[in-house]
Amino acid sequence: MDDKPLSLRESLADQVKSITGESVANCYQCAKCSGGCPLAEDMDIPPSQLLHMIQLGLPELDERVLNSLTIWLCLTCETCVTRCPKEVDLPKIMDFLRQESLKRGLINPQAKKIIAFHKAFLDTVQYTGRLYEVGMTADYKLRQPQTAMQDVFTAPKLFMMGKLNLFPHMIKGRDQIARIFARTLKKEAKK
Amino acid sequence: MKLGYFPGCSLQGMDIDFNESVFALARRTDLHLIEIPDWNCCGSTSAHNVSHLLSLALPARILALAEKAGLDEILVPCSACYQRLMTAQHELLENDELRKEVVDIIEMDYKGTSKILNIIEGMVKIFSGAELKIEKPLNAKVACYYGCLMVRPPKVMKFDRAEDPQSMDELMKKFGADPVDWPFKTECCGAGLTLTRTDLVCKLSAKVIESAIKNGAEIIIVACPMCHANLDMRRADIEKAAGKKYNIPVLYITQAIGLALGINEKELGMHRHFVPFVLPEQPKAAPSAKPAEPAKPEVGEKPAAGAEE
Repeated sequence: MDDKPLSLRESLADQVKSITGESVANCYQCAKCSGGCPLAEDMDIPPSQLLHMIQLGLPELDERVLNSLTIWLCLTCETCVTRCPKEVDLPKIMDFLRQESLKRGLINPQAKKIIAFHKAFLDTVQYTGRLYEVGMTADYKLRQPQTAMQDVFTAPKLFMMGKLNLFPHMIKGRDQIARIFARTLKKEAKK
Repeated sequence: MKLGYFPGCSLQGMDIDFNESVFALARRTDLHLIEIPDWNCCGSTSAHNVSHLLSLALPARILALAEKAGLDEILVPCSACYQRLMTAQHELLENDELRKEVVDIIEMDYKGTSKILNIIEGMVKIFSGAELKIEKPLNAKVACYYGCLMVRPPKVMKFDRAEDPQSMDELMKKFGADPVDWPFKTECCGAGLTLTRTDLVCKLSAKVIESAIKNGAEIIIVACPMCHANLDMRRADIEKAAGKKYNIPVLYITQAIGLALGINEKELGMHRHFVPFVLPEQPKAAPSAKPAEPAKPEVGEKPAAGAEE
């Protein structure tokens, strides 16, 4: 946390505004988003409350938002924004919060598995150009060894059904894909 | 009819049966599918969770390749891919500065000229002009499950109604099925959390299955590979979590149509399901659902050669 006085400090709400264009002040707390969210009851902070915490603009609340499990459980099913009477694009804000949480290293311990999955997924895309399911699963299990035994009985069945490609498909434009990753993901991480 | 085709990664792997059934229909209807050359992954949930720019650049390369290949319309069967491509197109056409930035990143020009069609739009397009030869009307109560990604957010997707879509129901009626009215049409199955929070996926998917059964459905029809994977492949886990057994099969919209057209089950990839599908007994008397009135033939369009694989 920086030492600037509160009035001069850039709050999460300010960042949301400048990066996503969404103003959290538009939300009048009707809680329709929490009502329709399929996973609200499994989140540590329901979506409407998370938005309220950002509205308040206090550094300790900003940190709690970034540290929440909520932002990683959000499935981006877009139910909230579809029903929001003020059209606050919560999924867009969630995308930003996840990226900011990674950037600041404020990560909820229970979200580590989910982040490991995303990294494993993108790794295979980065190197082959497409999703390589077997490689992704292996990568994910290496990052999260406690999941090693999960789905071990499904895999052989999938293979028998011809649903599992043992080898990746390498696209021709892999160099181009590598440059796309370097110019986006890596660049953004350094910002 | 010629259409550009973007299968996406799922349809080349775990959801190969979706791909097989699309091509089975293409062969039957003289639809010529032209795959976008050297396409890449759209980035799916993982890309937009970690980088906004990456989540635009990956779909932009796909769309740019389609434009370069001169494809005016692209059929995108996977709902997740469809939503990512639509989102990228929407954001890049709205913001020219962003478009230029992404053009630099992907090293290809992107104008946004290719129209993106989801599987329902594709089916409507193919079958609205053709004369329907329905050999085996479905004769079953079906729950049309659109999933969350196809209709939302409405401002971007601009497809059907966000809360109670009808297009798949209408299509299924044409093929002799009886769509039930049910409230979980566009609820989320848990999608991308399938490996990381299987417990939550089972909970959400069980609700979808329960609702379909409660409203009298005998088959769930899906339009998204993630929905299929969660409702079909995860069925044993779902049953374990719910503490009961569900027998209701899950078919892709293309498989359901294929069955009605009399295409054999193997060609449609039906043998790759975890939950076995048994065709409902055909009633001896005249089927209640009459094989919809033959649509008027399309003017001008002469169907091209068979599908390419």
